[in-house]
Amino acid sequence: MITHSNQTADSRHLLEFVLRQGDNALVLGHRMSEWCGTGPALEEDIALANTALDLIGQTQMWLAYAAELEGRDRSANDLAFMRDATDFRNLLLLEQPNRDFGHTMMRQFLFDAYQVPFLQALESSADQRVADIAAKSGREARYHLERSSDIVIALGDGTEESHRRMQDALDRLWSYAGEMFVTDETDIAMHNAAIAPDLKLIHAQWNDTVQARLNKATLAVPDSTFVHKGGKNGVRHEEHLGHMLATMQVLQRSYPNSVW
Amino acid sequence: MANEWPLWEVFIRGQHGMSHRHVGSLHAPDEKMAMNNARDVYTRRNEGVSIWVVQAKDITASDPSEKGPMYEPSESKVYRHPTFYDIPDEAGPM
Amino acid sequence: MYAQMVKSSGEGVKTAGEMDAQERAFQSRIDAGEKIEPKDWMPAAYRKTLIRQIGQHAHSEIVGQLPEGNWITRAPTLERKANLLAKVQDEAGHGLYLYCAAETLGVSRDELFDMLHTGKMKYSSIFNYPTLTWADMGAVGWLVDGAAIMNQVPLQRTSYGPYARAMVRICKEESFHQRQGFHIMMTMCNGSVAQKEMAQDALNRFWYPSLMMFGPSDKDSVHSAQSMAWKIKMDSNDDLRQRFVNATAPQAEFLGLTIPDDKLAFNEDTQQYDFSEPDWEEFYEVLKGNGPCNRDRLETRQRAWSDGEWVREGMMAHADKRRNANQTAA
Repeated sequence: MITHSNQTADSRHLLEFVLRQGDNALVLGHRMSEWCGTGPALEEDIALANTALDLIGQTQMWLAYAAELEGRDRSANDLAFMRDATDFRNLLLLEQPNRDFGHTMMRQFLFDAYQVPFLQALESSADQRVADIAAKSGREARYHLERSSDIVIALGDGTEESHRRMQDALDRLWSYAGEMFVTDETDIAMHNAAIAPDLKLIHAQWNDTVQARLNKATLAVPDSTFVHKGGKNGVRHEEHLGHMLATMQVLQRSYPNSVW
Repeated sequence: MANEWPLWEVFIRGQHGMSHRHVGSLHAPDEKMAMNNARDVYTRRNEGVSIWVVQAKDITASDPSEKGPMYEPSESKVYRHPTFYDIPDEAGPM
Repeated sequence: MYAQMVKSSGEGVKTAGEMDAQERAFQSRIDAGEKIEPKDWMPAAYRKTLIRQIGQHAHSEIVGQLPEGNWITRAPTLERKANLLAKVQDEAGHGLYLYCAAETLGVSRDELFDMLHTGKMKYSSIFNYPTLTWADMGAVGWLVDGAAIMNQVPLQRTSYGPYARAMVRICKEESFHQRQGFHIMMTMCNGSVAQKEMAQDALNRFWYPSLMMFGPSDKDSVHSAQSMAWKIKMDSNDDLRQRFVNATAPQAEFLGLTIPDDKLAFNEDTQQYDFSEPDWEEFYEVLKGNGPCNRDRLETRQRAWSDGEWVREGMMAHADKRRNANQTAA
């Protein structure tokens, strides 16, 4: 899917691209970590933490690379804890609050169904570092997708109440999914440099996965084509991100230059 | 409480060439979720290469009050025990 | 400890003459160091006491997730966040192992949860104290896990097989917990003035509650005597507490922190540390529900359980549908 070329990617676009991956993992990992201790069953509590831990690990790899590309002598932790919300490049979908377990797992499912083909494509990236991170993250993403699909299907099909809640979650989150496939100049530059795939191809794969599994879950795909945008380019995040960062960054901001 | 997820027993083969070993139990609605949960609960540190899950109610266990008769037969078959065979030291470790 | 003041039969230890033949055979198996397994005969009081003790231990693990969970979203670095989350996740796992061990005695996990949620069963007093600064993550790991380890290591030899096996697994996983806490304390103590003050403050607040974890002196307790005869309690509360102080006092010195006890001193005659008893009035108040966080902790657990009900039911309903469909097809 990735066509190799000798073109060198504009380093600005590469940094932007890597930051997006790191911020996606950071923000979603943080949301998943918020569940710790309050899951619907002990087994689920443990599984949610595993997903969060995988995502924190992915964050460390992506943001460490971003910090190197940036070349301003900052670390992955500096990027995570010392940037303002406007500098974040995560998808709006991922900063959505957990709400109930249904929303959490639907958000996870919609993202996993994108991450799996996306990371698979990145495994043959012309940028070796990107390829290496994608190979490790891809294994984790495949398991995340298996688990989130199983749960979306089970709860969609389960009881009247679980069906209603899952349909609500899908309706509420649907208009945030499209941002994953919005192609901007960074995406085009990455594709031209054979660093990342054409998002149109990922979109097609995502559609197949999502349609098939939502069918199994007896959930109706909303017919709205409206797409909320502004996360991956940082132009307009929602209010949720600021609150998340106020919590996440409190120690680094209150006691700057400390060792923890 | 009437609808509690059933109990499953988890067996893991930690290394190639070893047998599956009972590692513990968990609750799950069905065998698919039991497998996922086993992976999340019991291989958090990648101990496992192969997992079996079996619903606890499907296990037939021996009754300890019948310990005598159940265990007698193999006890009496001394040829099952390695020390029964007197092997000369020259044959090397076995 | 994680299980405090567990009541046994209350009748004291029976002499061999007072036991019937079955009880005598049972006690001699225990005395010989044999493990009791789920399908073996056991006195009703042994079963009941074990359910109380393992249940309380399990509840402590999952309520114990909350004070540390309070800082996961505020952990100061990605490494610390991952370590803390992994540790709190382990506690969920330890709760799970222990609930499973209790289930082999004929009580379901849902029944045990119900007893926790309705206040019929308790969890360790320590988790009713608040975690106010990041240094508390250090103090909890160092002191609270340190105190837990004192008790859990000997429990690996407890007489009930499933409990002993759960403890083996727990101890193996827990080895990194105390180190993780101590490492946070070290980093704070080597850090800025503000950080070191936070570390001292955390020690000040967690020292006596940690000593309370072992429970009041039980040298005259009939419950403890019976539990020790059954080998479901391996050491007296005072012995464990003394061992904990002996281990911890030099560590505090290493950190450059002061344990908030004027009487604390090494006694050359006994080769042990002398120390002050905690305020047992406060301990009993916390047990009664009057600790700073009792209501919040219990409400959080109750809410998690009731919010999760539709999930548990929905997933079970789907599994039932699948099973029925398979049967119809076959």
